[in-house]
Amino acid sequence: MIEFVLNNKLIKTDAHAGMTLLDFIRSEQQLKGTKIGCREGDCGACTVLIGSLNDKKKTHYKSITSCISPLGNAHGKHIVTVEGINLEGKLNTVQTALKNNNATQCGFCTPGFVMSLVGLTLQDNLISKADAIMAISGNICRCTGYKSIEKAAYKIYENIIEIPITNRLSWLVENAFLPDYFLTIPTQLKKIATNIPTHKNGTIVAGGTDLYVRQADNLAASEVHLINQNQKLAGITFYKDRCIIGAETTVNGLYYNTAMLTYFPEIRNYLKLVSSEPIRNMATVVGNFVNASPIGDLTIFFLALNASITLQNESHSLRTILLKDFYKGYKILDFKSDERIVSIAFNVPKVDSKFNFEKVSKRKHLDIASVNSAIQLSVSNNKVDFIYLSLGGVAPIPFYLTATCQFLTGKTLSVEILKEAAQILQQEIQPISDVRGDESYKRLLARQLFYAHFLKLFPRAFQILELVN
Amino acid sequence: MKNTDSYSHLRGESLYIDDLNTQQGTLYGLVFDAPIAHAKILDLDIAKAEALAGVIKIFTHKDVPGQNQIGGIIPDEPLLAETDIHFWGQPIAFIVAESEAIAKKARALITIKMEALPVITTATEAFKKGQFVCAPRTFNLGNTTDAFKNCDYVIEDFTFSNGQEHLYLETQGAYAECQENGKIKVTSSTQGPTQVQKAIAKVLGVGMHQIEVDVIRLGGGFGGKEDQATAWAAMAALAANHLHKPVKFVLNRHDDLRMTGKRHPYESTFKIGLNKDLKIQAFEATYLQNSGAAADLSPAIAERTLFHATNAYNIKNVHTTVHSCKTNLPPNTAFRGFGGPQGMFVIESAIAKAAEKLNIPAYKIQEANLLQENDEFSYGQIATQVEAQNTWQTAIKDFDFEDDVKAIQKFNTKNTELKKGISVMPICFGISFTNTPMNHARALVHIYQDGSIGFSTGAVEMGQGVNTKLKQIVVQTLGLSSDKIIVETTNTTRVANTSPSAASATADLNGKALQLACDSLKERLLNVASEELQLDKKNLTIKNASVYNQQKSTYLTWESLVQMAFLKRVNLSEQAHYATPEIHFDKTKEKGHPFAYHVYGTAISTATVDCIRGTYDIDSVKIIHDFGKSMNLDIDMGQIEGALAQGIGWMTMEEIAYDKNGRLLSNALSTYKVPDVFAMPEIVEVKALESAGHEMAILKSKAVGEPPLMYGIGTYFAIQNAIKAFNKNHSLKFDAPMTPEKVLKNLYQN
Repeated sequence: MIEFVLNNKLIKTDAHAGMTLLDFIRSEQQLKGTKIGCREGDCGACTVLIGSLNDKKKTHYKSITSCISPLGNAHGKHIVTVEGINLEGKLNTVQTALKNNNATQCGFCTPGFVMSLVGLTLQDNLISKADAIMAISGNICRCTGYKSIEKAAYKIYENIIEIPITNRLSWLVENAFLPDYFLTIPTQLKKIATNIPTHKNGTIVAGGTDLYVRQADNLAASEVHLINQNQKLAGITFYKDRCIIGAETTVNGLYYNTAMLTYFPEIRNYLKLVSSEPIRNMATVVGNFVNASPIGDLTIFFLALNASITLQNESHSLRTILLKDFYKGYKILDFKSDERIVSIAFNVPKVDSKFNFEKVSKRKHLDIASVNSAIQLSVSNNKVDFIYLSLGGVAPIPFYLTATCQFLTGKTLSVEILKEAAQILQQEIQPISDVRGDESYKRLLARQLFYAHFLKLFPRAFQILELVN
Repeated sequence: MKNTDSYSHLRGESLYIDDLNTQQGTLYGLVFDAPIAHAKILDLDIAKAEALAGVIKIFTHKDVPGQNQIGGIIPDEPLLAETDIHFWGQPIAFIVAESEAIAKKARALITIKMEALPVITTATEAFKKGQFVCAPRTFNLGNTTDAFKNCDYVIEDFTFSNGQEHLYLETQGAYAECQENGKIKVTSSTQGPTQVQKAIAKVLGVGMHQIEVDVIRLGGGFGGKEDQATAWAAMAALAANHLHKPVKFVLNRHDDLRMTGKRHPYESTFKIGLNKDLKIQAFEATYLQNSGAAADLSPAIAERTLFHATNAYNIKNVHTTVHSCKTNLPPNTAFRGFGGPQGMFVIESAIAKAAEKLNIPAYKIQEANLLQENDEFSYGQIATQVEAQNTWQTAIKDFDFEDDVKAIQKFNTKNTELKKGISVMPICFGISFTNTPMNHARALVHIYQDGSIGFSTGAVEMGQGVNTKLKQIVVQTLGLSSDKIIVETTNTTRVANTSPSAASATADLNGKALQLACDSLKERLLNVASEELQLDKKNLTIKNASVYNQQKSTYLTWESLVQMAFLKRVNLSEQAHYATPEIHFDKTKEKGHPFAYHVYGTAISTATVDCIRGTYDIDSVKIIHDFGKSMNLDIDMGQIEGALAQGIGWMTMEEIAYDKNGRLLSNALSTYKVPDVFAMPEIVEVKALESAGHEMAILKSKAVGEPPLMYGIGTYFAIQNAIKAFNKNHSLKFDAPMTPEKVLKNLYQN
């Protein structure tokens, strides 16, 4: 039995845990405000909020795309659709801002934008005005050209930036952002038992953001093993120089982790290029690894950290391997059928080491890379101590540039050496032509991103024209 | 007045096809489509699929009681394939089942044997093989052959502009219900309810009176539901009629992307001749339109390419020919701009190429050739109330163009890794259906006895705000407030024989008809008031929901006046008809006066290119637009910004890809990218030109739907200019969209 609060209604259902939350909302509950746009998390028309109780027994809300979210993941949570934020007989403050700025035309994407922006008002770690736009990074509108929505989003941001964090919910209720039942949700959620029966032999689903794009129909009809329910494996810990990331950690788990920000000052800029806010709220880092896409952004990121993964089998024995050794061929993994990844670990970058991530895609945000790349290196006495370089979209697997790294290790960095390394890189890779670019483009882009790392990390030492001529 | 649907849109309470309360026993449809682009069908086996529990029936062409034909202009498009397949995704069978999930399972059980035939995917290939959907068209003015002989410079090149997926957020769909006596009611997400009604009547072999088509609203159309909403509605109606059960059919996104046509890709060649004074003396172009596998609206779209071949420029010698090439792609169709953008891209490319040859900025040539009053278009219409110079000069001045040019030069001198580019894009777009007989509309207004009003027109609301504008017309004409006025659904039984909501002309045509209806009602009510008040009618008006006599209010309120009129047995309903005057076009001579008026504007775009990565940002687009006297600037600004976004998308990132076998590769939102919030320029500034407006525009408020899309063309050239600043050896190529892939290659091409 799956139990959760949908808007202000307690749901107890025997519906299949693998069906999408979207279908449950629209077909079983007849709530038609949540729209079907693409069923692959790429348009945001189905955006809803998911609220969970945190340690302090307060509700914490995130936006998700309900089309690629399994119903079972709603267990114990508060799911909010547009019907759940409507006030009696009037528009709420978010809706009013959108109306006043003429931010709705055909209206089909509108409930999705409304939910993303209500999600913004519920966020307790707002940093800057850019967060207002980040909140709608997963919403596509084909009518307005976004400028009106942008204005509304800024207006909403101005309204909420001063709110006291402690009484956020009450403030939002008092100021006509939310209906007052929101205040009763923590009490309602506490009554729900934390565990739901899960099917150990079913398809393993964490965030579901990739699996549901490819096989939502199958998952809706077969058993699923939901592993992200109790968040036992979520979290980022540090032990001496080692950083250990639990397997249930989401991309936004990385994004909002302050220690990660210390070690990787640019990490938020990198992660902004990885899908969209609602997807980052659901997608796990490990999910990106096991998906084994040759172009997985996070895989490329962690390859350059020389990360290892620890796998656990049914008899609870552990096995640790390097991430780069996990990939054996196109979508072939060093993975036994009873194994699951439990954690990722890597040495935190030393003060003198440098890190960079690059990604180029047709659209800068919420798009799959044509080529992506990450680098970590340390240079002392003008010589490369160590270097880890990864490149995506150029081979059947997320590619670790072994030969290029070997060549560069111990070398003094110079224009000539980098040019030579770029040649070796070209010999190592085997890009193919596809919808993300033809082979010649990917080769050119691979070279450029390789150079981009050095141009960014050693801005005074290198110039683009010297490298390409 | 804000968008009249704002309240329900924002609360998620607006209804689209998939949200309708369906009747008990509703069945669900799904199409089995061609898994190949060109073939003969040898055998189609539906037996196994039909035997699946929950499958009600699988329809093939054999089940069509009337004509298996939905071609709008030319009857060349079967509803369901018979013996041949002409494109990948062509509907072959229509599965009707108790649920969508069952229908999907059944689809996997259908088997088909085919004999593959050669596939053509490009217009050039079709042209060489003599494959066309209709005859070519040529517009001629002056004598280009002679003119070229006297030109100081003659430049030739070719261009390609790719197609564009509409990506209306609401996919295609329809809901068909049986009424009594064999009548069928279809709720459709269509821009053309009459077209749907007509096609269904034909398919079912019944009169149009047996078919009622109702449209509540569309979750986006952009031309993609002008002609191509018909097939799905017809299939749902076919099944409902046969099974006597309600049938719902909403396409899933992948099916919609695969089966429907898009903006036409164009492969074109041009020849432009100019003199040292930069005056363009002659322009020739041949456009190969990739029409896809059936005519659809291609002939009309091809025609509009010729109408806009010279954009906002005056060229005395013009010779342009368009060939509608038949390929094995889904039939390409209307998309905001309707062939105009493709034509304008060619002339702008020609000017850019000429500028490259002359080593001057393109805007110098553009400026030297802008249209002036009484210039003749190549189709014979004389340009009047021309605002080309006016919008151009205002943009240059108001947006400090000269300063921007200098700042960009300075930036480019200082920077290597980043380069900036700037471009100017004037537009001139003709308003009216170029097929003169389509320029008419009707409205039906009921004043209920309590004073509230419901009205219907042929206009379909698809986000463009036409319902808001129509409501404003009623408010304004009758002097009321808007709270007791309702815009009814668009329904063929209330307003018949309508033209589709298209050609930017919906508010003009339907608004004018509505105005006429309201005028008549007002006239009748003022007669009643005059009799009651014993005052001269010509001094009476209605405003603030009361009768006024020479600017003074009387005791007669709107409600009491209506009540009085009702008791006096005055007709409180009115139907009116409007047909655009003056317009005509002779296709045998390719000359005439096809447009009620033209819309003008000028956009200045700037872009920054990352010369390491090949990525770019459009920094700003600043526009002076000729709204006439905008009747609703909120709505009109939204049209400008939205159209601009689509124009930018078409020119920069939206890349349709088919493989050589005609299979769509950009077949999902993960592989077909439209602009998101970050893709828009940080600065979009739109200013209204001070202008008189045009009598043929509703309330002198000019049509605004399509013209601003073409401002987006400027962003292509802004990026190109930035590339040129990095790579001086770069020889300009005209291959849209300018994706990061093309940018990077152009940056490093020798």
